[in-house]
Amino acid sequence: MASPARPIVDAAPARAEIPRHSVLVRVTHWITTLCFFALLLSGVEILISHPRFYWGETGNPMSPSLFDLPIPASRPWVNTGYNFVLPDQNGWSRSLHFEAAWTVILTGLVYAILGVWSRHFRKNLLPVRAGLTWRALGQDIAAHLAFRRPTAVDARSYNTLQRITYLLVIFALFPLMIWTGLAMSLAVTSVFPFLATACGGQQSARTIHFFATGLLVVFLAIHIIMICRAGFRNRVRAMIAGRIRVSEDR
Amino acid sequence: MSNISRRKIITTGLAATAGASGLVLGVRTADRCGLIPPDHSGIYGAGATLTYAAQRLLTRHSLAREFPASQISKPPFAKFRPFKNESYDRLRAGGFVDWRVDIDGMVARPASFSLAELRQFPARTQITALACEEGWSFIAEWTGVPLSHILGLAGALPQARYVVYYSIQPGRQHSIDMDDALHPQTTLVYAMNGGDLPIGHGGPLRLRLARQLGYKNVKYLTRLTVTDTLKGFVSRSSYAWYAGI
Repeated sequence: MASPARPIVDAAPARAEIPRHSVLVRVTHWITTLCFFALLLSGVEILISHPRFYWGETGNPMSPSLFDLPIPASRPWVNTGYNFVLPDQNGWSRSLHFEAAWTVILTGLVYAILGVWSRHFRKNLLPVRAGLTWRALGQDIAAHLAFRRPTAVDARSYNTLQRITYLLVIFALFPLMIWTGLAMSLAVTSVFPFLATACGGQQSARTIHFFATGLLVVFLAIHIIMICRAGFRNRVRAMIAGRIRVSEDR
Repeated sequence: MSNISRRKIITTGLAATAGASGLVLGVRTADRCGLIPPDHSGIYGAGATLTYAAQRLLTRHSLAREFPASQISKPPFAKFRPFKNESYDRLRAGGFVDWRVDIDGMVARPASFSLAELRQFPARTQITALACEEGWSFIAEWTGVPLSHILGLAGALPQARYVVYYSIQPGRQHSIDMDDALHPQTTLVYAMNGGDLPIGHGGPLRLRLARQLGYKNVKYLTRLTVTDTLKGFVSRSSYAWYAGI
């Protein structure tokens, strides 16, 4: 059966779409997104059982803290200044935290290995030499600070600041989260004591884990703001379906 | 076209069968090597299993970090809620001289030891950290009898896989695998920082597991049961059975 003659699609530039994200990037991006929110939610839940932070090897309600978060706790023995106790949900929160941590670590491994294999990091994330001059970086930063809308070029590939940020998140912040998370485990540090001692102690690792979370949340906020500035629907569609509209600019 | 699909279907089917049988074989081998925790099912079972398996492969014989005396936390923090328990109060009034810990189950010689008897056995003193799942921790010097010594005296049978341990407080119980039960730092602790183990810390007797979180370190220890299955022992708590992280 012959298919009816299809009208020739007019290749008007306004509708031009180009491939943007590989399947690897799209799948790992959304698994990571899901895991990140699971880790953040369960992490906050675990945190409120003891919203005090310490530096060094140990810290408890009887010892001085580095700082206290001004929030009530979900356990009665933490003196928070509030006379009520939040509901305690640590049981499932801990289980969800580690399940999501395992998922994101395995996803990250696949991403890192296939990312090297497919030259994803070299092609898409390693800053190009031309972008690494002080002049180019200055222009890039100025454009970001001026809140200028991304140009059509930005739809095709990442700009230098974006590349540096992504590389830092992927290869510095994520490993730091894993490191400091493992450094809190008495069993893991029984084999790898340096995980804790290099942080300055088990409680220092917990404090660093908290601040690194803060940096990841800041990254997420800026990431979402930038996506909105660049055209939310187009960018999200590109991360789901893989193709991006270029000439519309947003 | 149809030839290619048929070939595809056959190869896909073969690959799926090989994958599935490989998985079954892998799980069986993992179970035989003691890498599957009792709480491996349910929505959080995958995470719990990966954690347990990874840590068992890495940490089977490793010792928890021990610290110099200068790092002992002063004062140590005890998460202690006063509780009403008639037997406990009676034993406490008698200075705990009648406190006993029983060992039963898969042992050749079920036994019962008083605190005075436990103090006669070879002791191990360690300065280790106790960390609570809430996030706080402290370091103390703990002295007690290695559980491995008690298991040796009672003659744990070779098919033993777990030790269930009970508090005098009804419903307070936990269990560990034989790797942790025979671990040199797993002790029945009766002294802390040079004195008797304070009541707030589980006195007169507490099971000390240096590589697991506080909630596995059951206070007011009265009974040990050696078993090859945890059916009927594991409470369906949302907390992981293995608390190595």
